[in-house]
Amino acid sequence: MVICLLLSACRGPFSTLDPAGPSARDVAGLWWAMFGFATLVLMVVTALWVYAIRRPASHPDQQSAQVMQNRWVIWGGLALPLGSIALLLAFGIPVGHRMLPLPPETGAVLQIEVTGHQWWWAVYYPEQNIGLTDEVHIPVGTPVDVVLRSTDVIHSFWVPRLGGKMDMIPGRINVLRLQADEPGVYRGSCTEFCGIGHAHMQFTITAHSANDFLTWQQQVQEGAE
Amino acid sequence: MTDTSEQAGLVRELNRVWANLPGWGSLSAVNHSTVGLRFMVTGMVFFLIGGMLAMLVRTQLALPEQNLISVELYNQAFTMHGTVMMFLFAIPVLEGLAMYLIPKLIGARDLVFPRISSLGYYCYLFGGIIIMSSLFLGVAPDSGWFMYTPLSSNTFSPGPGSDFWLLGITFVEVSAMAAGIELTVSILRTRAPGMTLSQMPIFCWYILAMALMIVFGFPPLILASILLELERAAGMPFFDVTAGGDPLLWQHLFWLFGHPEVYIIFLPAAGIVSTLIPVFSGRPLVGYRWVVLSIILTGFISFGLWVHHMFTVGIPQLAQAFFSVASMMVAVPTAIQVFVWLATLWMGKVVFRLPMLWIMGFLVIFVCGGLTGVMLALVPFNWQVHDTHFVVAHMHYVLVGGMFFPLMAGLYYWLPLVSGRMPSQRIGQWGFWLTFIGFNITFLLMHLTGLLGMPRRIYTYEAGLGWDWLNLLSSVGGFIMAAGVALVLLDLLMHYHFGRKASRNPWHADTLEWVLEQPPAPYNFVSLPRIQSRHPVWDNPELGERLQAGEGSLASIEHGRRETWGTDAVTGEPSEICQLPTNSWLPLLAAGTLALLCISLLLGWYLLALVCVVLAALPLFRWSWENGGHPTAAPLTQEPPGECLLESRTTDGPGRWGMIITLLADGTLYLSLLFGWFYLWTASPQWSAPDAGPLSIWGLALSGILLTLASLRFRQQARRLARRVDTGVLAGLWQATGLGVLHILSLIFVLWTAPLAITESAHDAVLFFMVLFLLFHSVLAVIITALQAWRTRLGYVSAHLPYEPQVVWPFWLYTTGIFWVSLALFALLPMAWGPSP
Repeated sequence: MVICLLLSACRGPFSTLDPAGPSARDVAGLWWAMFGFATLVLMVVTALWVYAIRRPASHPDQQSAQVMQNRWVIWGGLALPLGSIALLLAFGIPVGHRMLPLPPETGAVLQIEVTGHQWWWAVYYPEQNIGLTDEVHIPVGTPVDVVLRSTDVIHSFWVPRLGGKMDMIPGRINVLRLQADEPGVYRGSCTEFCGIGHAHMQFTITAHSANDFLTWQQQVQEGAE
Repeated sequence: MTDTSEQAGLVRELNRVWANLPGWGSLSAVNHSTVGLRFMVTGMVFFLIGGMLAMLVRTQLALPEQNLISVELYNQAFTMHGTVMMFLFAIPVLEGLAMYLIPKLIGARDLVFPRISSLGYYCYLFGGIIIMSSLFLGVAPDSGWFMYTPLSSNTFSPGPGSDFWLLGITFVEVSAMAAGIELTVSILRTRAPGMTLSQMPIFCWYILAMALMIVFGFPPLILASILLELERAAGMPFFDVTAGGDPLLWQHLFWLFGHPEVYIIFLPAAGIVSTLIPVFSGRPLVGYRWVVLSIILTGFISFGLWVHHMFTVGIPQLAQAFFSVASMMVAVPTAIQVFVWLATLWMGKVVFRLPMLWIMGFLVIFVCGGLTGVMLALVPFNWQVHDTHFVVAHMHYVLVGGMFFPLMAGLYYWLPLVSGRMPSQRIGQWGFWLTFIGFNITFLLMHLTGLLGMPRRIYTYEAGLGWDWLNLLSSVGGFIMAAGVALVLLDLLMHYHFGRKASRNPWHADTLEWVLEQPPAPYNFVSLPRIQSRHPVWDNPELGERLQAGEGSLASIEHGRRETWGTDAVTGEPSEICQLPTNSWLPLLAAGTLALLCISLLLGWYLLALVCVVLAALPLFRWSWENGGHPTAAPLTQEPPGECLLESRTTDGPGRWGMIITLLADGTLYLSLLFGWFYLWTASPQWSAPDAGPLSIWGLALSGILLTLASLRFRQQARRLARRVDTGVLAGLWQATGLGVLHILSLIFVLWTAPLAITESAHDAVLFFMVLFLLFHSVLAVIITALQAWRTRLGYVSAHLPYEPQVVWPFWLYTTGIFWVSLALFALLPMAWGPSP
């Protein structure tokens, strides 16, 4: 019951905890693991402090005080953080690696160019020569490289249910790899403060099945002609 | 009987020499207790303003799709909330606390540069008022407290908001730099006789680290602010990508300051924790050396992780990995401290008083913030939650937990020292619990809001995204926290009337401030102690009475001077007597004219600004005039031969250290400038540089030779004086001045004739700024040298008063050094890398 409630609380059109793509799913998994571990550390440290305050004074002699001090510092101050960091990196580095826009082992990558403007998104498919505003269409199960640019100030492109965000910086080009597992409409927003229209600078990514994507492509191209 | 009356006479005389002027005259006060308290009270006022802005933000966000305030006002509110809390509350309050406490903890009578304390305060006050005025004029900065370009540039923020931020904050930073330099030198050079470095109270280590971090951490932001203001006001395109600049340069410089800044705020607060826990555990801090080590580690690591604020800007993988691991590593020194505190509590007998409650609150909140910090250092997770409410929650956990809670613990702890009265246990507890619970409701839930995808800095949001109940509860929590803070303030105010009288040393502490009267006299100590251990008061409970009875050192006041010991930086053995300046109007005058300069720049009245520069220089040079052998300071008399000389009779004193620390800060600014230049050269997408530099290398070389000759001539005079010879010094100083003037003229000629397109090319703008930077130093060196020559003529500098040229010499050395380094780079860089394609 509680779990159901919690899970439903994690749903939402912008929720990173309701992932719909490999990157977002990896990160959501990382989050839950880190959350569990951090909660444990916080509770243990707090409990130790409360106990240390309440326990009667021990008045150890010089030597045993020295031993106790070194024990606390070495285990709590060095081993605990270093061990946690090693663990975190062991799980985190592969996840980070999978999020990079590297050439995939099989299949092709769809390229989409998105340019940020105050306060809208210009979307362009270079291979298909399709231009759109504030909406992106992608095929399911295919890696997509979003090529990010800006014409004015810094914006940031984020579709929480699919993966991480990347900034759009004037004069620079960044590439963000995304992929959707299931058809659906995924919402995205600008996450770098960009002026008075920032709160409303949103867009959608519609993921189609492979066939539907082709159909959509044809429709748009016919409509343009 | 005679003893008592003698002692009463001594105290009366001390009071006369050290008192602030009455009435309005107290504005001329330079005493560290007065100035420190002013810093803290002003900081609390700004805290209330910042808090009200936060309440405004939380009210707007309480319900979805609300339009209580306009988007323009909302953007101003969150920008100003961040700016006020960081620059006008957190840093100044901690500086004020350090200024108030440090001399008392190290057994000194005042900080070493009292007029600088006062100047810092007025710069802070006036700068703060200028920034706040923008809010009341409705033109407050609105591009976020880190002012990212190009949003903050002329094109996208044409109003004066950004200028208020850039000029006002730079003005306020003068006070931070002043405090950083002054605290460093005070801690290193004016400790009570015998207090070795390893016998310093642990708080002093924290403040020493903080002060040095200010010295190295603030210059990048000061530089960045100057460059951005020059871009806005004069069109020099440092950050404009179309002219070869780069907006990312701003981010690098800002966070190069901004990350150390977090630890500049955290370290003093951790110092409060490390001071209080042993006192309430009734035993010395366990692992003093471990703590010192972790303070130093924190200081170093904090300069190597600024890029973790920029993981989503698209920087190379390897750099991300480096900064990610470095960011996680800072958890190590922090964990060491947490477990040292734990071990101290474990081994001691803990008396749980009100300050300890705040320490517990600190622990829970700060550890939680530290843990989310490690999470954020992991790049893939950072890409998801960066710039969402998760980060907002994290940074409030770190800053409120890591700064505000310990600060409250410290305020309650030192309150009896300041007021002589105890606060109310009951109201205090209510205040704590409301603050603690309200804080956690607001910000614990905000982590989830961020994970559910709510970006930061949006003024409104749709209903039904799963954010509604979270935001409502966060707002409710915010108001509970505000009620808690209000109760605490009420308690602080009321205790002045209703608090019961505090006994001497009410917490049974071990440090020197508790041997003083409550409140302490302006001179702190009637006579100064000799220190033999880390816990002078525990080892010698009668220390207070004995010092009061004049049994310590420097217990004479017939000379009518404010004096404290100058001691060796490591051993703490006395090396000279520092003669400290008395009440002075010059700091107020200087800060006032600087404020006028700031306002005239804001209004774009550049002619008036130029006049203000001259007007501000006058009190500052007058200030340097009333030093050493000047009749208002310590003129030469038939001094009784003592073991220790007055500082002005020596060749190395705290003043010289102050010059060197200032030059370290100045050098950091110069290095930041070089960093910016290299960065633009290598990383700016549209950088272009001419084949050959536009500056005449031969002209510069000639100018450099003149500068070197001037510098050598000056050094010769300083050496003569150090050997206590003053024949030929006057002529030598005038010659150095003359050579310096020729150098300046030739440098101006080179700059004048160079074909620099400073508004079209970032390259030329950087070159121009570098030459101006050199020119500024040369002009200053020449003016100071001319003043030295004049002082030599009047006899304020002589074989018996050889000190001032020893202070000035490092400045000449530095000026010459940066000149040749710059010249080498002007000549070599085009050869090494060639023009970009």
